[in-house]
Amino acid sequence: MSSLVRRGPTPDMLLLDPRGVPVSFRLSRSAVLLTVVAAMAAVAVATASLTLGVYPISVSDAIGIVGGGGSLIERDVVLGDRLPRALTGLGVGAAFALSGAILQRIAANPLVSPDVIGINSGAAMGALTVLLVVGGGGLQLVTGALAGALLAAVMIVLIAYRRGLHGFRLVLVGIGVAAMLSSAISYLLTRSDIHRAMSAAAWLTGSLANRSSLHVTIIALALAVTVPALVVGSRHLRLLELGDDLTRTLTGAGQGRKVALLLLAVVLAAMATAAAGPIGFVALVAPQITRRLLAERQVGLAPSAAVGALLVVGADLAGRLIFAPSEMPVGVLTAILGAPALLYLLARAHRIGAAG
Amino acid sequence: MTSQPAPATASVSVTTEQLSLGYGSSVIVDQVTTSLPAGRITAIVGPNGCGKSTLLRGLARLLPPQHGRVHLDGTELTTMPPRTLARTLGLLPQQPIAPDGITVADLVGRGRHPHQRWFRQWSADDEQAVAAAMAATGVDQLAESPIDELSGGQRQRVWIALALAQDPDVMLLDEPTTFLDLAHQIDVLDLLASLNRRLGRTIVLVLHDLNMASRYAHHLVAMREGRLVTSGPPSEVVTPEVVRDVFGVEATVITDPVAGTPLVLPHRSVDTEADR
Repeated sequence: MSSLVRRGPTPDMLLLDPRGVPVSFRLSRSAVLLTVVAAMAAVAVATASLTLGVYPISVSDAIGIVGGGGSLIERDVVLGDRLPRALTGLGVGAAFALSGAILQRIAANPLVSPDVIGINSGAAMGALTVLLVVGGGGLQLVTGALAGALLAAVMIVLIAYRRGLHGFRLVLVGIGVAAMLSSAISYLLTRSDIHRAMSAAAWLTGSLANRSSLHVTIIALALAVTVPALVVGSRHLRLLELGDDLTRTLTGAGQGRKVALLLLAVVLAAMATAAAGPIGFVALVAPQITRRLLAERQVGLAPSAAVGALLVVGADLAGRLIFAPSEMPVGVLTAILGAPALLYLLARAHRIGAAG
Repeated sequence: MTSQPAPATASVSVTTEQLSLGYGSSVIVDQVTTSLPAGRITAIVGPNGCGKSTLLRGLARLLPPQHGRVHLDGTELTTMPPRTLARTLGLLPQQPIAPDGITVADLVGRGRHPHQRWFRQWSADDEQAVAAAMAATGVDQLAESPIDELSGGQRQRVWIALALAQDPDVMLLDEPTTFLDLAHQIDVLDLLASLNRRLGRTIVLVLHDLNMASRYAHHLVAMREGRLVTSGPPSEVVTPEVVRDVFGVEATVITDPVAGTPLVLPHRSVDTEADR
């Protein structure tokens, strides 16, 4: 049936319009290509990370072990350590990238991400309060991270709200809240004993070491809840960058959808932080890399998620291999990889005179 | 009320009843009761800060009434479901924000939002509506051009195309000619007049220039300090007395030899503040 897929209004667009069904989508070919390539690369790197390390295992053995074979020690290395680590890395990368992509659209500003406006700091603050003051892990940690991130988000929205939620105010207030929360985190660290403070500081860099099925569950749950909501809600992101007045006339509604999308971004960042610590720069850089690679400007949530997943598993594998037998936390590597990208984007945003 | 032979959309009238608008406790539009005719062009005129744009925001439901009501063809604005409202009212803000590097076709396409669903994000109807909107505004040749590369007049045409793609019954425009030179001002106003003639849409625009308003609008609403001074056809509204009361300018009003509409020839400004 030739009408199933047609060339869209622009050369990059494909129109998916099956006959007789009231369902139709417009897909960007470059976005589909980028999503597929980045996702395949991420899975390839994740698979490679199952085999590489102090205890090398061949690819076919690794697949056999995941399928149920292998010796006891091999099963422990792959299933107990490397697989949860790889899966958490994929999920956390996708979640941070989605969170950043959403926030950048809400604020209509490419320099916004959950780490810049204090959502990650909020989550970290909440998690650290659980780790250092209350004591506990696992579920308590998740609760703490979610509560902290939501608290930060509510603070940002309440302070920034003035006749509507405007991008620029959101960013400035967010940066202020982030600064406040990081001094609160420093205070927590100085007040606790050196041993716990050391492990908390390590957690604050963001690390994928010693992940278990608990962490995989946390991030899988976060994605399972937010992704369907994003499938329905993400088309509003296309309007937000046209400004509040046009968004409101084109939807006929108030600011409810903006707040709902903000909430989704907060939950994604909080759960990712709970699963792997506040890994920096992924949320900022992954959507930007996506934006630069795509032919046309579009929301690009799926390609951003794939690029974010690739970035995190890639950085984690690099951190394990380059510094073997010891390892570098993934948060250090994403910062080392991400900072030059950020500087490039800042220079570029300055040169073109506007924040695209 | 309509005199169009075959309007493409149902013509919708806009009425306000004791409408007061403002922010917080400040009142910017004070108890305005007026009726804007269906299928016609209405221009809201008045000096700076008289509440013209605020009134327009109230008509667009961007600002909730502090007091009073707005009706679209008898339906109260606050009771309209979001999607219905989005299909009924289109707005061109005074300074719309064009995202960096966005192409004309992409921007115009975003006007289709109220006609789409999450599972039906782009259909043949959308494509036709976008093509028609770009053709009607004469920007179809620019479809793949980035907005940043267009002239101010072309850009304004693109924004009007976005509102057209939305296919609303009522189009609200906030000072659509303010940043344009004379040729482009006439260009944009001619375009609106032809859209009004051909499609029978109700058009409400805020304009600074009383002569342009007289020439292009069927109906004028004159405001001063948040209150309605007078409203009606330009030939009735534009008199030396009204020009003095509304704009604080002594003027002679003659008949425009070209268009046959009132033409204001200002003499000097009257310092109304000092009189008090």
